[in-house]
Amino acid sequence: MVKLADEAQAQVKKATRAAFGVTLAELAQEGVPVVAVDADLTGSTTTKKFADAGFADRLFNCGIAEQNMIDVAAGLAITGHVAFTGSFAVFGTGRAYDQIRNTVCYSNLDVKVAPTHAGISVGPDGGSHQMLEDVSLMRGLPNMRVLVPADYAAARAALRLAAATPGPVYVRMGRASVPCVYADDVELEVGRAYVLREGTDATIIACGVEVEQALKAAEQLAAEGISAEVIDAFSVKPLDEATITASVAKTGCAVVAEEHSVMGGLGSAVAETLARTHPAPVEFVGMRDAFGKSGEFEELLSYFNLDAKAIVEAVKNAMARK
Amino acid sequence: MAELERRANEMRVDIVRMIAEAGSGHPGGSLSCTDILCALYFGGVMEHDPANPTWEGRDRFILAKGHAAPALYAVLAQAGYFPREELLTLRKLGSRLQGHPDSNQLPGVEVSTGSLGQGLSIAAGAAAGLKLEGAPQAVFTLLGDGECQEGQVWEAAMFAAHRGLDNLVAIVDRNGLQIDGRTSDVCDPGDVAAKFTAFGWDAREVDGHDIPALVEALSAAKADRTGTPHVLVARTIKGKGVPFMEDQAGWHGKAPNAEQLEEALAALAADAGKEA
Repeated sequence: MVKLADEAQAQVKKATRAAFGVTLAELAQEGVPVVAVDADLTGSTTTKKFADAGFADRLFNCGIAEQNMIDVAAGLAITGHVAFTGSFAVFGTGRAYDQIRNTVCYSNLDVKVAPTHAGISVGPDGGSHQMLEDVSLMRGLPNMRVLVPADYAAARAALRLAAATPGPVYVRMGRASVPCVYADDVELEVGRAYVLREGTDATIIACGVEVEQALKAAEQLAAEGISAEVIDAFSVKPLDEATITASVAKTGCAVVAEEHSVMGGLGSAVAETLARTHPAPVEFVGMRDAFGKSGEFEELLSYFNLDAKAIVEAVKNAMARK
Repeated sequence: MAELERRANEMRVDIVRMIAEAGSGHPGGSLSCTDILCALYFGGVMEHDPANPTWEGRDRFILAKGHAAPALYAVLAQAGYFPREELLTLRKLGSRLQGHPDSNQLPGVEVSTGSLGQGLSIAAGAAAGLKLEGAPQAVFTLLGDGECQEGQVWEAAMFAAHRGLDNLVAIVDRNGLQIDGRTSDVCDPGDVAAKFTAFGWDAREVDGHDIPALVEALSAAKADRTGTPHVLVARTIKGKGVPFMEDQAGWHGKAPNAEQLEEALAALAADAGKEA
């Protein structure tokens, strides 16, 4: 069993982005040749913390130029560095998609695309800044792995995995503070999903901030006598098909929850898998072919039906289709 | 220097042959930059070792205008990075010579290119990476003039000057043509050297078909480490060396047929004769 947060740790709220700069500094101190390339958002992404930890010469601020940011990282990678890129997810992927595709992935370079402020967690900035299609964009790219950590500890683990895994890796981080799910020193593996709660009636597969919502939903369902299994599929690509298939074979239905469009993200990955391995009813909790809106993160979770309540309903719908 | 011109002539023969055999490809922009690549690889400008393509002491070359792959393949084959016979596999299924350079397949290719506008950024990142490690090597990159219409080129220009990347040497193949016609008619890049100067670069113009002048200018740019990146705007003729292709936008991305190939080879043989 993966190490989970104890009760005291579970009370602590931290943003996944807060792990970025400090983990880079940790890696640099360990002798990993990491560099960071950002685009005028070093405070927001926290890459500034990496610079302030004594690695100012290893942070390359490109100004507001995300396409250049990705390819500068590519150039740093071909000269022996493990290059992490920053910016917000909307600009760090969408604005530079061709650079990520044609240079980073096609050349299979050690560039780790690790933007922050993904999903609706960016809140009041509104739809222009709420990136809900990035997992879809990144998942479709050959050579790219996609990691969507649930909390601070998982983000730290994901960043360390990205550095240790040769080739392109996408690490998706958010702005909002979320409760700790994992123990501080948790270690995760690329390609593995983690069963966080066992159950028999339905499987909830989640990633990112939806893991917390899934665990809350499982509590609520338990009060109604429904036993839900909760899986954190933080490694959206490669996906742990064995763990997911085994769980759905046991429970007979699945709900996929993600702070992302229902098109092309974790939901699609799970459906693609189950269609082959164990066809079963699947319901999707995610953004429905829409842009976001200004609002506070918690309000938006409820407004867009991404909260625990929505997952509870989806579980009941999935179970009714068994 | 006659030796370098002979090599450039042989490269041109290889370029037209491989594109004719492939039945598709980009002869115009490959022939316009042939002399530049010849100067870089055979003129003593770049340190490189065909027997050890990933030698740490090598200078780096990035072909930003990836569609000129035939010119890069011709120079790499002639230098000994791979057998020259392999040139005739260009663009065929199973070949290491992809339509645009693939660094995972072909030795001597530093990074895959083909989507325009990215090479200068990659080169700037590599130059910054070498500086970070205190390595003395230089990074060269070759851009097209049409490519300068890509906004990212100017993001990279600003970045390289801001970072003082004096170990970076860009060359712009200023042949004045792009797929849709004259660069001045499509969307005029204007005075490219003046634009780079305005961005804080050391910019010079050079005759892109005068190999001794190219060797001199490239070597001087490489040696000058006084805080600014370097660009050579090379005045060239698209299709240079094959009279019916010269200065014709129509030969940007078209293969010669058997008859045209004979005509091209005859013209190149006549040039070789003149030089001998």
